[in-house]
Amino acid sequence: MLSRVLVANRGEIARRVFRTCRQLGLSTVAVYSDADRGSPHVAEADVAVRLPGAAAADTYLRADVLIDAARRSGADAVHPGYGFLSENAAFARAVQQAGLTWIGPPPAAIEAMASKIESKRLMAAAGVPVLPELSPDALTEADLPVLIKASAGGGGRGMRVVRTMAELPAGLAAARSEAAAAFGDPAVFCEPYLEAGRHVEVQIMADAYGTVWTVGERECSIQRRHQKIIEEAPSPLAQRIPGLRARLTEAARAAAFAVGYRNAGTAEFLADDTGQFFFLEMNTRLQVEHPVTECTTGLDLVALQLQVAAGLPLAATPPEVTGHAIEARLYAEDPAAGWQPQSGTLHRFEVPGVLAEFAVHGLPRYGLRLDSGVADGSDVGTRYDPMLAKVICWAPDRVQAAAALAGALARSRIHGLITNRDLLVRVLRHPAFLAGQTDTGFLDRHGLDHLAAPLAAGQAGELSALAAALADAAGRQVRARVLGGLPSGWRNLPSEFQRKEYAQAGGQGWTTSRYRASYRIERGALLVEGRDDIRLVSMSPDLVELDIAGLLYRFQIAAYPGLTCVDSALGPVALRPVGRFAVAAGQAVTGSLLAPMPGVVARIGVAAGDQVLAGQPLLWLEAMKMEHVISAPAAGIVAELPVSAGQQVVVGAVLAVVKPQEDAGVKVENAQ
Amino acid sequence: MTVLASALDETSAAYAANAEAMIVKLAEIEAEQAKALAGGGPRYVERHRARGKLGVRERIELLLDPDSPFLELSPLAAWGTEFAVGASIVTGIGVVEGTECLISGSDPTVRGGTSNPWTVRKSFRAHDIALANRLPVISLVESGGADLPTQKEIFIPGGRTFRDLTRLSAAGIPTIAIVFGNSTAGGAYLPGMSDHVVMIEKRSKVFLGGPPLVKMATGEESDEESLGGAQMHARTSGLADYLAADEQDAIRIGRRIVARLNWRKHGPRPVAPPAPPRYDPGQLLGIVPPDLRIPFDPREVIARVVDDSDFDEFKPAYGTSLVTGWANVHGYPVGILANARGILFSAESQKAAQFIQLANQADTPLIFLHNTTGYMVGSQYEQAGIIKHGAMMINAVSNSAVPHISILMGASYGAGHYGMCGRAYDPRFLFAWPSAKSAVMGPAQLAGVLSIVSRAAAQAAGRPFDEDADAAMKEAVAAQIEAESLPMFLSGRIYDDGIIDPRDTRTVLGLCLSVVHGAPVRGTAGYGVFRM
Repeated sequence: MLSRVLVANRGEIARRVFRTCRQLGLSTVAVYSDADRGSPHVAEADVAVRLPGAAAADTYLRADVLIDAARRSGADAVHPGYGFLSENAAFARAVQQAGLTWIGPPPAAIEAMASKIESKRLMAAAGVPVLPELSPDALTEADLPVLIKASAGGGGRGMRVVRTMAELPAGLAAARSEAAAAFGDPAVFCEPYLEAGRHVEVQIMADAYGTVWTVGERECSIQRRHQKIIEEAPSPLAQRIPGLRARLTEAARAAAFAVGYRNAGTAEFLADDTGQFFFLEMNTRLQVEHPVTECTTGLDLVALQLQVAAGLPLAATPPEVTGHAIEARLYAEDPAAGWQPQSGTLHRFEVPGVLAEFAVHGLPRYGLRLDSGVADGSDVGTRYDPMLAKVICWAPDRVQAAAALAGALARSRIHGLITNRDLLVRVLRHPAFLAGQTDTGFLDRHGLDHLAAPLAAGQAGELSALAAALADAAGRQVRARVLGGLPSGWRNLPSEFQRKEYAQAGGQGWTTSRYRASYRIERGALLVEGRDDIRLVSMSPDLVELDIAGLLYRFQIAAYPGLTCVDSALGPVALRPVGRFAVAAGQAVTGSLLAPMPGVVARIGVAAGDQVLAGQPLLWLEAMKMEHVISAPAAGIVAELPVSAGQQVVVGAVLAVVKPQEDAGVKVENAQ
Repeated sequence: MTVLASALDETSAAYAANAEAMIVKLAEIEAEQAKALAGGGPRYVERHRARGKLGVRERIELLLDPDSPFLELSPLAAWGTEFAVGASIVTGIGVVEGTECLISGSDPTVRGGTSNPWTVRKSFRAHDIALANRLPVISLVESGGADLPTQKEIFIPGGRTFRDLTRLSAAGIPTIAIVFGNSTAGGAYLPGMSDHVVMIEKRSKVFLGGPPLVKMATGEESDEESLGGAQMHARTSGLADYLAADEQDAIRIGRRIVARLNWRKHGPRPVAPPAPPRYDPGQLLGIVPPDLRIPFDPREVIARVVDDSDFDEFKPAYGTSLVTGWANVHGYPVGILANARGILFSAESQKAAQFIQLANQADTPLIFLHNTTGYMVGSQYEQAGIIKHGAMMINAVSNSAVPHISILMGASYGAGHYGMCGRAYDPRFLFAWPSAKSAVMGPAQLAGVLSIVSRAAAQAAGRPFDEDADAAMKEAVAAQIEAESLPMFLSGRIYDDGIIDPRDTRTVLGLCLSVVHGAPVRGTAGYGVFRM
């Protein structure tokens, strides 16, 4: 029996494993890098062990440090999660050699599947269809398009599509260096690229007694840069093509048997609309997207992993699949700016209507599940994977699941970071997605212009800015040191409007709009400059209700330093308050430079007509045993230099005149 | 707690008539206020803007904390005179960096922001308020100096402006001058006498004598920049403490100066959180009848002004023509004196005197709600000592040291105006409702008195009495007195601090009570001799 499990991982997968451990009465051990000290997974474990350093290579990728952590914390088993060392046979072996239980497949099976090239040969021999392997050096025009893949590792890291021969050398070089960086092995290979391929995979669970389950398939065709972002079970393709599921299941079982597989694993296939499919690779670990299988089967895959690792047998047959589950991966990234990872403080993370977090024994009924690695106030860095959370919806059918998941994401309150939320919602609501027309080219085909566009459109920005301004007014009343009890902005002679300006803090790819909220409140009635169709229903620091042309809208407002987030049915809007005053960059007085005291000009560093930079020393004045430097107050031209070295000057004498390049002082936008 | 009951019937004909009359008067006043808001008119406002300058009210709005209140004082100053309504200056109380300040700003669109006799009086009133209530003063300066044709009314009394500034400073009340434009000759002493001075690059001009005067006086050739430019004052004369890049920057610096004043109010804080009245303050429109001969119950007003409509009445069964009692307004404890049936008798006078003494014992500010036709006359009352009793009340009011705030709701006639703390009795603030009237007596009574006197004179001289001429005289006098007792006329002469919408009474009182607590709130140690 196991008693204390160390999870050699971080974030949501660590929390996911802890959740099952707690339920089974097992003690938990977290590990954390210095960057993760405040992460929820650390707080949730019974014991946490620091991994000195912040880089993955110094922490979560250090087998020796992790095994030492297990020893010191008294753990008797290690769960690797996914990513990091989860598919590292050497680590698995080291864990076992340390006398600990490895919660995963036998190291030999990991090894057999580790090389994509080797594993494909093994599978072909077992009768599983595989794509032909193409040597990068012998490619011809006829082979195109091809996909370059890293031989080692899983996921999409290092993958590149090459469509012309001209792209090939650069593609290979980039893929090799990325593979080397990610997996420590620059080996790559090519295979034919299916333009409209579908990613379908089969979940395997095997015990030590010859029982091999396949517990339904998943489809993960919606990908960005070969990384899955939306996954579902069952596969729409397998639903549509008779017999496909049985053939996939058969191929997956063959793969498992071929390597003597135990514990949880996934056989990944590339399929097309005709139903033909090819083995891609086998992931010898728990998958990110395992929750969709758990929702549709009621299984706790982590509990089964622990059961098998403890040497216990599986039941004879797995449960049936019911309903449909879709998972959306929420990333801190800006889809419109080349998926650039975002970092900063996640002030708030709230998904409405969550029935269970990391729930594993099946939800009490259809509903929403959240597997999150972050919490309100989490600091998100770019050091590790930018995935914040997975939101999973389980419903009687696919369309219902997509609608409910899109709705929950749209209503989520995600403050402080740009995420791919709007993109996820737009994909989930897309007619092609709802019709099951999903393949790996989905995003390219439908275009980011539409898919990555903010959900908040039209008047959303303007109205959200108005709501933010009113919430700010209500907040100021609460915080006021004096007269907070008086009506907001009261005047006995009303004339001007209260004016507040906000800049929309959107993704980089979108024009940053500025909104001016000009309003005043007279005897409880709201007057908005330029509009007569808005009525104030209520205002408080966090909720403003407006009647807009007869429709009542509720705006939820959260203000953070330099950021105001407004959530409403019009869509989420993040605003940066623009201060009423520009702050002068400095009170540099330009023009003539006068002698601050009587003295002697010791040296002169420039000549009249010279171009000088702000702060550049012009001359040195000696007075009272001290040398004073006279510097250029601003960048410009030395227009006059009426003194010479050795000259005695009186206080106030003109030493130099610098004509600034720009007459107006430089200003910096800032608050208040 | 004692919650007032209300008998006001919003559906009654009387309510509708009262409200309608009040709304008409409010509209008249709003039309006059609009003149003050319009400044020097579109042409001069345009010209001012074309120079890249902000209007005086825009400057004030930018200076104030966002969404904070602002009470403009004496907005109708100079009404009914040859000068523009508002007297080319804006004064008021607002919140800057969490600090209540007295803000004054000349309106450069009105005859270049020159000071006329009413401008001077309006700014004196503002300085009085600042001194009495310990309000930091912020002057937004841009003035062409004195209106020369009326210099005789300005030059000699106007010197008080500079005396006031330094006396404020001596009293520990900070004075801040932000110079937006010209501030020359005598005006140069505005920054000169202020504790903190902000000048604006290429905008501020501060000198005693401009280039032509200097040329005349000494023959020196000079230019405005070297005589009084912002750069010169910031770098050479040291008159400017801060050099701002532009108007916005100057206002930003002004706010930072206030933020660093380390300002503390000397009076106590509110004793309770503010609680809204239980009755709708909007109904204050329909309480005062247009015909002031019809009395109204001031408890209906109190019920719509005080916190939670909670009012503990003092001596409710004695001297019932004057209501006295205790309440909170925006959390500040107050004593209230309100006329119930116009006339003050001996009992009312004695009750008032006692109540004022009680408030002084307890350091509690007083609010006077006026609707009085004066002290009772007639042999019975004279013999009963109405003069002595009225004198007791006036003695108590005069020597009371707690802050007083007067609101003229209706009539405020005769010595009743004094006893209820009229302007001459230095209430910290005095506001009028549009329904108010104030004079030595009612217009008809005054005309009648004149008629009786002249009839008696004619009789004594044995002259025949011209009845027609008398009737015409009565009518003319009544009309003149009526016009001169109206709130716009009194406001024009700065006999009040402004006419307010009755619905704003609670807000105005709340603001004023907070302001009066800037100074210590302490009752008097002694009165004059009470004639018993």
